[in-house]
Amino acid sequence: MNTAWAALTSRRYLVSSWPWRSYAYLLSSVPAGAATICVLIGAAAVSALLSPILVGVLLLTAFPLLGVLIGIMERYRARLMMPAGISTPHAQVPQSTGLRERLRFRRREQASVRALGYGFLFGVFLWPLNALFAGVSLAVLAITLVAPFIADDDEIGMGPWTLTTFWEGLLFLVLFGPIWYTVSSYLLGWLAAGQAELAKVMLGPREDELRRNLADLRRSRLDLVDAFETERARIERHLHDGVQQRLVGLTMTLGLAELDLPEGEGRRLVVKAHGEAEAALADLREAVRGIHPRVLIDHGLEAAVREVADRSPMPVTVRMELPRRLPPPIEAAAYFVVSEALGNVAKHAQASRCEVDGWIVDDQLVVTIADDGIGGADPTGGTGLTGLVTRLDALGGTLDLTSPPGGPTRLRMETPCRLDD
Amino acid sequence: MPARRLSIVLAEDSLLLREGLASILDRAGHEVRDAVGDADTLLAVVRKEPPDLVITDVRMPPGHSDEGLRAAAAIRAELPGIGILVLSQYVADAYLSSLLESTTGGIGYLLKDRVGHVTEFLASLDRVADGGTVVDPEVVRQLLARRRDDGPLAALTPRELEVLALMAEGRVNSSIAEQLVVSEAAVRKHVGNIFAKLHLDDGRDRRVSAVLTYLRG
Repeated sequence: MNTAWAALTSRRYLVSSWPWRSYAYLLSSVPAGAATICVLIGAAAVSALLSPILVGVLLLTAFPLLGVLIGIMERYRARLMMPAGISTPHAQVPQSTGLRERLRFRRREQASVRALGYGFLFGVFLWPLNALFAGVSLAVLAITLVAPFIADDDEIGMGPWTLTTFWEGLLFLVLFGPIWYTVSSYLLGWLAAGQAELAKVMLGPREDELRRNLADLRRSRLDLVDAFETERARIERHLHDGVQQRLVGLTMTLGLAELDLPEGEGRRLVVKAHGEAEAALADLREAVRGIHPRVLIDHGLEAAVREVADRSPMPVTVRMELPRRLPPPIEAAAYFVVSEALGNVAKHAQASRCEVDGWIVDDQLVVTIADDGIGGADPTGGTGLTGLVTRLDALGGTLDLTSPPGGPTRLRMETPCRLDD
Repeated sequence: MPARRLSIVLAEDSLLLREGLASILDRAGHEVRDAVGDADTLLAVVRKEPPDLVITDVRMPPGHSDEGLRAAAAIRAELPGIGILVLSQYVADAYLSSLLESTTGGIGYLLKDRVGHVTEFLASLDRVADGGTVVDPEVVRQLLARRRDDGPLAALTPRELEVLALMAEGRVNSSIAEQLVVSEAAVRKHVGNIFAKLHLDDGRDRRVSAVLTYLRG
């Protein structure tokens, strides 16, 4: 059962947790509502007192910030009735913004004013209502439960009835208890669900705010991918200009030394050192290729995919029909998908051959990697593909793996060819 | 002393490598006429007084992308007589097309690591200065990997594949014979077989470009 409304129409409502959630929601509104109205009145009083010296008037303009706090509290409380919660209507403020700017921005947001309005409604009207209904209902329920014991000692009046013995009390409990529980549960259920709905309408995001939040999210993820790309480029540049150059310099010096040295142990060692320096260079080139492959930047996806296919220990057929270069983050994502996939095929699939296809349809880049191996690949097994899924996600792309036991395995990635929203 | 003293212009943005290269060339008896750090200066000094040979890095200021390759293409277009040796920290066959566009004049494309094998490096230099073609073994390996599914290539024996790779690197028969420790006559026989199996014309002068063109598909 996901929502209070669905629960109310269910036949199992009375034995579910929902009547008690409703009680909890309504009763918790009593301290929350009382605190809200105290704070609002207090703040209003302070600004009224200070109004002669202008600060009070300024204080009034900060009232929407109280709305922000009320919104936070009430969205949290509403989770009792809405397990999925209410998402925030507030726009994201960039991390770099200072506190003052941040507050100014929040103060002017429509959502803050709306939450303040809810706060007044809540503080003045809702919580006394809830206190009355839930309080009375709970009290009657409690007294009914203990009615046999009270009636045993003393006589109690329950509405039109007067109970004087234990057995009268028990009869009352058995006959009236279920009726009261049913009636009050439904009544309070509707009341609580209605209020949670009201909170959602007033404290949740409007449609335009939802759209904006979505755009914010996408943009911030794109920023992240961008930052990632920039960082990779920086690392590659650093390795190229620094370590690689020095190692090349070293091989040159060793090469010259070999020419001068006579045959013998010393020369043998220098030749060995030369070989080791070259191996280090080869390793470094391999690492750089994994970070930010040069051929991808200079010649695009097809050339880079062909290169990675050439390095694969099994025959790889590459068919790519890409009429134009794509934005760098998209090319990079596709390249790393192919690179990771071919690596996995070589490691796990026991395949004899592999095919990589790429094409563009409806402004979507589609790349598939298919092998004739044993299948049974687990998409959650490696961290490699998971990272790539995150990356594709930010671009609005997807990655699908089909790998039945016995094979074959087929990986398909799809991503829009454009970065704009 | 080398067979012939070459006048060389060197373009390499790393001071360390520029000096390392210059000292190797100097020791070999060549004249390093200018050693510059970027592509624009390279073009300027070459235009002012053409050398026999230009050695250039691919990646240079200001863009640090393929300035050296573009400068090489410009020199080749303006002054086709100058041999050009392109050095790179990283080689890939995708870059071959821009280097091999023109079929006249010596051209070389090598990993920087090869400079350390001084004797071989100097031999490559002479080949390029004489109008030959030199391609890095790593690039040839990539080309062969690409064509491994191809019918005719699969028909070659392992030894013929070795000979083909060495031909693609730009080596002459004597050098191939030395490398594989066989006689030159044996190499000639292999070469003949290769050309027959791949249906290529064994035009003696341009056999390197014939092989490369074939391998590049």
